[in-house]
Amino acid sequence: MNWIIAAFDWFTTTFPTLTMALGLFLFPLLPLIIAVAMYVWWERKVIGWMHVRMGPNKVGPFGLAQTFADVFKLLLKEVIYPANASKKLFLLAPLWALIPSFAAWAVIPIGSHQAWADANAGLLFLLAMTSMGVYGIILAGWASNSRYAMLGAMRAAAQTISYEIAMGFSLVGVLILAGSLNLSEIVNAQAGSKGLFEWFWFPLLPMFVIYFVSGVAETNRAPFDVAEGESEIVAGFHVEYSGAPFAVFFLTEYANMILISFLAPILFLGGWLSPFPASWGVLGAPGWWWLAAKAFFFATAYVWFRATFPRYRYDQIMRLGWKVFIPITIVWVFVAGCLKYFGWVTAGA
Amino acid sequence: MQEIRSYTMNFGPQHPAAHGVLRLVLEMEGETVLRVDPHIGLLHRATEKLAESKPFNQSIGYMDRLDYVSMMCNEHAYVRAIENLLGVEVPERAQWIRTMFDEITRILNHLMWIGSNGLDLGAMAVFLYAFREREELMDVYEAVSGARMHATYYRPGGVYRDLPEQMSRYSESRWHKGKDLERLNRWRGGSMLDFLDAFTEDFPRRIDEYEELLTTNRIWKQRTVDIGVVSPEDALAWGMSGPMLRGSGVEWDLRKKQPYAKYAEVDFDIPVGVNGDCYDRYLVRVEEMRQSNRIIKQCIAWLRANPGPVMVRNFKVAPPSRVEMKDDMEALIHHFKLFTEGYCVPAGETYAAVEAPKGEFGIYLVSDGANKPFRLKCRAPSFVHLSSMDSIIRGHMLPDVVAMIGTYDVVFGEVDR
Repeated sequence: MNWIIAAFDWFTTTFPTLTMALGLFLFPLLPLIIAVAMYVWWERKVIGWMHVRMGPNKVGPFGLAQTFADVFKLLLKEVIYPANASKKLFLLAPLWALIPSFAAWAVIPIGSHQAWADANAGLLFLLAMTSMGVYGIILAGWASNSRYAMLGAMRAAAQTISYEIAMGFSLVGVLILAGSLNLSEIVNAQAGSKGLFEWFWFPLLPMFVIYFVSGVAETNRAPFDVAEGESEIVAGFHVEYSGAPFAVFFLTEYANMILISFLAPILFLGGWLSPFPASWGVLGAPGWWWLAAKAFFFATAYVWFRATFPRYRYDQIMRLGWKVFIPITIVWVFVAGCLKYFGWVTAGA
Repeated sequence: MQEIRSYTMNFGPQHPAAHGVLRLVLEMEGETVLRVDPHIGLLHRATEKLAESKPFNQSIGYMDRLDYVSMMCNEHAYVRAIENLLGVEVPERAQWIRTMFDEITRILNHLMWIGSNGLDLGAMAVFLYAFREREELMDVYEAVSGARMHATYYRPGGVYRDLPEQMSRYSESRWHKGKDLERLNRWRGGSMLDFLDAFTEDFPRRIDEYEELLTTNRIWKQRTVDIGVVSPEDALAWGMSGPMLRGSGVEWDLRKKQPYAKYAEVDFDIPVGVNGDCYDRYLVRVEEMRQSNRIIKQCIAWLRANPGPVMVRNFKVAPPSRVEMKDDMEALIHHFKLFTEGYCVPAGETYAAVEAPKGEFGIYLVSDGANKPFRLKCRAPSFVHLSSMDSIIRGHMLPDVVAMIGTYDVVFGEVDR
């Protein structure tokens, strides 16, 4: 054991900057990766219960180690490159999807101004990062040299871009009411004497619903999973991927889902604020556990949708996005402006 | 500007929605399908030819393997064809048993269909719910024949044996114990009929469960309403039968129009659709499950009240009992003759059809007086339906192809035979 500690000491004293960088890098990422693994397990378990079956229950207690076993299997598998595929783009695609989805986590606060990067333009950064991810999917579909993958990529591109608009407009509502792009400020603007009726879901109810639904569409999850479309285009954009690159796509998808599950409470449900009055002691105190509990609710809702709904057709998704969501959000941006202008909703306590 | 060409896509045979080994060559323009070319034959096993080389009874098992989700209905058509030529009268109890098992088979088939159609359109839960109920009915199959799928239960002249007095039970094991075991065995205290009775009491509630997930679901409706519309004229012209025809509003059901077994004596309704789209066919099949449940109940009531023989006492066709064989020379000879060379069927030809869950399943049988068929031809409903694929799908989108395959309810065992 001693030599490990000695080696560690030597490393940290010899390369202090590198140690710092690695620490900064691993500290937020490891919990995220473990959260993804747990979420995958939870998803399979919940869907299993909803489907009157067991879900994973063999590897580890309650099947908890199943995801880790799957990850190791995927990492050890041979990566197969399709004939005539563009090998460089083929490998670049999963990374292009993964990096923005991890980078987005930098601005997520777990308490007032407790974010890795407490950026003032946090919301813009988020929008930028989440819209970068779709290029990975398009690249994957293009580089695979497969018609199924190409169809999946086309669907993903069209869908993500249309839902980004609805999503962006619903964020505009939040911006108007909060008066800030900083995510911590947005949560703090939702504090107040009326408890959970101060949160933005109340004045922005249609936007809140549209935001989460768009989030589901944005992450290509059921019932909007046309880009994968199991029974139509087999696995869509990642049909040709195997082994580690596939694992990266998988990781990205779930990291994105958790991201949306965190953003929905931060933007609309008062983040780490407690729904109970401050006089209730521990229950009334704000804290990261409230944020975690709210995020857990949304993450489970994702699973619930998947277990229940049939899949939309691609053109029907487009119709829903363009003809229903975007008009509603535009109207509600106007309503939010009125609420703010006439002082019916005030930001902060 | 560069001219845009349509492209072809190979859909199947290895495809999650291909229902076995269907291969479609799709000519597409973006997501829109311009032309569909179904390729079949990947599961061809030459059943019709094989039947020509075997005594009649040995081909009953092949019939199970044609449409392997509606096993006993196929057997029914085959044994009816033989009975027609032989001119044997089937005991009444055997006919009631056949009626009951035809309807059990219909429920089995429709459960498989509702599950896979749901799965094709992305509704995963229905599939697993349907398989939960299929399990119970499979147990009924097993109780009478010893096999869960390929039963070989019907015989020319009746059925293989009478219904068991005792339904099989789960015994305690590492996996089934305590409350779980109690739940599994809760209907299994009495005879097979008691078990089936408990099932029919429970089943309508289960159908409600599937309907709750699908019938009023907006996404389900968007995916099925006005998709794959077949007009009544087209349906008739394509030679469609079963739910495909009834979904278009043509009230045609062999069980009513040309009753066989005991269908003339049971009370049931035939659901028909209005628009002839995927949603109507879905509703028709769901209602058929309810009607089948009704028929099974009537069969159970009759079978409980009327014991009797289930096999014709004609030792030229059906084997004598083991007991008789032991001290009766004649019986021993009959047994020997039946199990070595089978029986000879008078020369002639016949067509016997039943209303299988997928449509009209018919057997055209020609005998030249030997102990083997001279020619056997199966009229498989899925095969007929599949031929209309191209004309129906043109102009639809790729996901609608999947919805359409689901609503055809194709099983490749009978398409390729």
